[in-house]
Amino acid sequence: MAEKVLMKGNEAIAEAAIIAGCRHYFGYPITPQTEIAAYMAKRMPKIGGTFLQAESELAAISMVYGASAAGKRVMTSSSSPGISLKSEGISYIAGSDLPAVIVNAQRGGPGLGGIQPSQSDYFQATRGGGHGDYHMIVLTPDSVQEMAELTVKAFDLADKYRMPVMILADGTIGQMMEPVSFDFEVKAAPQKPWATTGTQMKRSHNVVNSLYLKPDELERTNFERFEKYETIKKNEALYEEYMMDDAEIVVAAFGIAARVSKNAVVAARKEGIKVGLIRPVTVWPFPDEPFAKAAKTAKQFISVELSMGQMIEDVKLATGCKVPVTLCNRVGGMIPSPAEVLDAIRNAAKGGKN
Amino acid sequence: MNYKRITLLSGHYGSGKTNIAVNMAARLAGMNLKKKTALADLDIVNPYFRSADSRSELEALGVYLICSEYANTNIDAPAMPQEMYSIVDDKEMTAVIDVGGDERGALALGRISDRIRQEADYDMYLVINRFRPLTPDAESILEVKKEIEDACRLPFTGIINCSNLGAETTAQVIRSSYGFADEVSRLCKLPLRALAVSETLAGQITDAPCEIFPMRLQKRPV
Repeated sequence: MAEKVLMKGNEAIAEAAIIAGCRHYFGYPITPQTEIAAYMAKRMPKIGGTFLQAESELAAISMVYGASAAGKRVMTSSSSPGISLKSEGISYIAGSDLPAVIVNAQRGGPGLGGIQPSQSDYFQATRGGGHGDYHMIVLTPDSVQEMAELTVKAFDLADKYRMPVMILADGTIGQMMEPVSFDFEVKAAPQKPWATTGTQMKRSHNVVNSLYLKPDELERTNFERFEKYETIKKNEALYEEYMMDDAEIVVAAFGIAARVSKNAVVAARKEGIKVGLIRPVTVWPFPDEPFAKAAKTAKQFISVELSMGQMIEDVKLATGCKVPVTLCNRVGGMIPSPAEVLDAIRNAAKGGKN
Repeated sequence: MNYKRITLLSGHYGSGKTNIAVNMAARLAGMNLKKKTALADLDIVNPYFRSADSRSELEALGVYLICSEYANTNIDAPAMPQEMYSIVDDKEMTAVIDVGGDERGALALGRISDRIRQEADYDMYLVINRFRPLTPDAESILEVKKEIEDACRLPFTGIINCSNLGAETTAQVIRSSYGFADEVSRLCKLPLRALAVSETLAGQITDAPCEIFPMRLQKRPV
């Protein structure tokens, strides 16, 4: 597929997963991510893969757990309420040190909420989501092209660190159509000597499990896992800086909110306001470094989110609360317009703190 | 283009049906000032990016919009609007029907397709886009054509080539689809009736193999 094609973000995730070697997809339909399942249903049978619509989200994530334990590249996808249901299984996957890719095309909440886009699962994604001490690596695409590229990256990171990786998208990026190229490098999956593929009577049993009978053993496992997380924090934080060179006002936004914010930053620059954008591409690990650096010179940060203010906490932590951080948000399925973000930037330029 | 009383647009989802439908309804409303022009959005599958997004523009042009009362709400219910029967009952009306993508979307049309076939005053166009990855060749389009016709029980009468790469569409991109459209036309045994392009590019297309249908594209949130 050297030539560009026109795809929905959800379709791009599905195709990229196939390119990355994923041959097992287990899911349960929910708007606005159903195109991922529909695409897999059409493609998997043609390439010798498995598409299975499970009887529930709980069953689907448990199938992911099983396929991953058997050493396969495996993916599931859902939208907010479905991810809540899958969180128990995600905790088991994290507790068993298994790689898996989980897509969340977020919709408005809490509860059943609505089917329009949202970013209000940020806390759930970045703080673990299920029970116990664990993290997922969380990637936040802002275009259909990135939906494809970050999906391939998600499989690589999941295998590299043996842990669940989440693509934290939203309904709009899942549904919108853009040209996309699949002309990028794909690494083969690494060997998985730990996988439960049968001993052939040649080795001892491999055991995949998250149950520890002795508390000191469970403690040691947790300590070791968190050492791994420290390595990830050091090496895997990704971000994009936009017009940051002389920025006095810094907009922080990811995914769909970053697209809107870029338009507002360009418009504000035309008015002579020194404003830039930091777009976290990973939100766990959060890219602290560019925020800490900007906090030395910036006068104010604005966190633009489709939530009641969740990423804003990470912005405050990363900037050491040295500079005021305000919130510009819409929720419940609404998207802030570039004009609303521009107003927030103008207000900050005048020294307004709200 | 010559228009029959009812014009239906169908094809693989994402091929451009909704943009064509919105523009066609606007044009027909301008042509038939005395008659009622309706645009029916029968897409019960897709939750985002649909004809209802252009509601205010269409109503300003005098187009009567028929769509699910749940379109663009948070209710994910595949409901059909009761007004859809007026399309077949009111013979004075000129109608454009935006059929949903694929066979699942076309299923809803089956409710009124026998009346449309009996009246025999319709065109149903298969909208194609060479750059959609699941329908990159004539064989895959033929498969989609059969699935849609089986689901809605109404035969297509022509093809509209709407090949595009979104914001990266150029005259060259459009030209590169002519061979594909010819092959689809040959394999599906249907005439190529129009080349649908954005109005900003229409002037640059001087070698179109059929009539050009210029479109003002629907607004996007970002």
